[in-house]
Amino acid sequence: MSTSLPMGGASETAPQAPRNIGTAMALELRQVRKSFGKTDIIRGADLAVRQGERVALIGPNGAGKSTLFNLISGRMAPTSGEILLNGKPIHGHAPYEINRRGLARSFQVSNLFPRLSVFENIRCAVLWSMGERYAFWRFLSNLKEVNARTEEVLDMTRLRRKRDVSASLLTYAEQRALEVGVTIAGGGNVILLDEPTAGMSKSETANFVQMIREVTEGKTLLTVEHDMGVVFGLADRIAVLVYGEVIAFDTPESVRANERVKEAYLGSTLAETQAAEAVTQVGV
Amino acid sequence: MSTKVYRFQPINLGRWVVWSAFALVLLIVPLFFTSSLATTVLIQMGIAIIACLSYNMLLGQGGMLSFGHAVYTGLGGFAAIHALSMVNDGRLNLPVSLIPVVGGVGGLIVAAILGSVTTKKSGTIFAMITMGVGELVFSMSLMLPEFFGGEGGISANRVQGDPVLGITFGPQIQLYYLIALYCFVCTALMFAFTQTPLGRMLNAVRDNPERVQFIGYDTQRIRYFAFMIAGFFAGIAGGLSALNVERVTAEVVGAHASGAMLLFTFLGGALFFFGPIIGGVLMVVAQVLLSEVTKAWLLYLGLIFLLMVMYAPGGISSLIMMNVRVAAFGMFGRLWRTYLALLVAVLVFLGGVGAMVEMTYHIKLNLSMDSKMKYLWWTLDTQASSSWVIALAVAVVGGVALEVLRRHFSKRWSKIQEDIEAELVRRGAH
Repeated sequence: MSTSLPMGGASETAPQAPRNIGTAMALELRQVRKSFGKTDIIRGADLAVRQGERVALIGPNGAGKSTLFNLISGRMAPTSGEILLNGKPIHGHAPYEINRRGLARSFQVSNLFPRLSVFENIRCAVLWSMGERYAFWRFLSNLKEVNARTEEVLDMTRLRRKRDVSASLLTYAEQRALEVGVTIAGGGNVILLDEPTAGMSKSETANFVQMIREVTEGKTLLTVEHDMGVVFGLADRIAVLVYGEVIAFDTPESVRANERVKEAYLGSTLAETQAAEAVTQVGV
Repeated sequence: MSTKVYRFQPINLGRWVVWSAFALVLLIVPLFFTSSLATTVLIQMGIAIIACLSYNMLLGQGGMLSFGHAVYTGLGGFAAIHALSMVNDGRLNLPVSLIPVVGGVGGLIVAAILGSVTTKKSGTIFAMITMGVGELVFSMSLMLPEFFGGEGGISANRVQGDPVLGITFGPQIQLYYLIALYCFVCTALMFAFTQTPLGRMLNAVRDNPERVQFIGYDTQRIRYFAFMIAGFFAGIAGGLSALNVERVTAEVVGAHASGAMLLFTFLGGALFFFGPIIGGVLMVVAQVLLSEVTKAWLLYLGLIFLLMVMYAPGGISSLIMMNVRVAAFGMFGRLWRTYLALLVAVLVFLGGVGAMVEMTYHIKLNLSMDSKMKYLWWTLDTQASSSWVIALAVAVVGGVALEVLRRHFSKRWSKIQEDIEAELVRRGAH
């Protein structure tokens, strides 16, 4: 195996021109810990993502990436530590409360409404943000803004042709697109994507990354990603999570050169297969 | 089968036609069935339709399997009968035609109280809690005779005061039209509910409660609100029933009544809005008509339910819609002969099985009187082995024919589905 890091090599999807990244923090994790019984999964993770920034979270299998997403999005409460969204604490809040404050997430395994059509899937995700709440005295068909926003998301995610098909009948790639569509439809300004391109072919991935770039324009993005081509093409900064700790959080170039990261990736047997995979993907 | 696609169509001619037809049927049906029994049956159908539709708000639209829906129809009924009794005494001034609304409000209040507990959970736990609540309320009926009226129940008189425009609700036909009106309005309102934000989010909770939380909604709230609305319509059904019978006894909150709603909503089909309408009609057909024909009606009902769960879990409405789809592609012509043959085979099979069931019941219940019994057009002697042999032979012949035809049908059906898929692809390509 080559000694270079898995995240070596340029990709066909290079980052675009510098964007407007603010100085205020959109998402902050301070000494976040999570244990299940005696097992510590997240062991004091720190992370600070600026508004408008795109951050990729990488790390070997079992590093706790999905757990970290679950903690941020409210699926689980941290054992200790703080999580701040736009400066306000959100740890321990219910997922819907966190979502209402502007954080939306996608799932590694597509998590849709299988019997509803593509259109209805997206519309459900639009409703709360448009103030419809639990209304049962208004017809959906009369909600012009809601429907217009739904149609817009339908176009953004390139799912127009499947508008009236039920989600369970979509192809895998379409389900992944709908997963992203449902996530961004509510207009949250902090988007968490959990392995959005996992399982896609190379050509599908390239288009998909372009789509993600478009739909998260102007928003803060935190994404778990295994495909290093995607990571380097998309991220402003990369956070490396190993055994529940963020061991590096820097620009792609610096992370690539980071000794601790090299060690963590190459020293870990767990990571080896994954590193090999990544290397082949990038073609080093 | 999860291919149903919900879509909205603001102006829909088909919808107008369907609703007008529904109103027309409600209007003219008593002109064709004029006997007193028929009116009774029609009245009960109207009530059962509202009850089953309200139940399906939970089951089909919200994925909430409730074993205690009769609590809400029943307590709505009690609220209505107490109100009617107060109207009789002059303690309350309310037109009799609005008594069912009192039932609805009663159902709503009870659902608001009990639902705050039951809807905290979903799935199996929800089902268990509703069952527990059902038992609880039923046992309370024995403890609180002041409210539930003990064994005799509470009675009141729906004919009250001077006739308004000649309407006293004394004659059954007048009551029928009141119930038909309630049935139409409630059905329309419940359908409208499916087209609202809350109605759609209820579908989303059914499909994937977890994801709902991540798009800003509190799943518990959605379930709770839907539960209360279902309780309201259930209460209206109970109130109409109270007006019809003019007496409400504790049985109406019991597990039997809840079970019947579950069973017939399922038979009618929970996947489509109109399924429970079929279910409500079947409920009355079974409870009133079938029970007159045979003492073994519960056994037959159980068998039908079993077969339905095994072979057509979408209920009758989904069977209809699947065939409508085939017909829409012009392929029904390839099926009707098989259907006809299947029907004959089913009748032969049921004829044989039915003969044996009826003879068994006869032996258990009536043998002391006479060993002979009438069965359809024949007289069977339960003591003669020839009766049993013939019945068994008929059942076996019917059963074998049924199985052969079923396989044949199954192949043909798959072929048609393939052809439809191919046709869809061809259309998509153009």
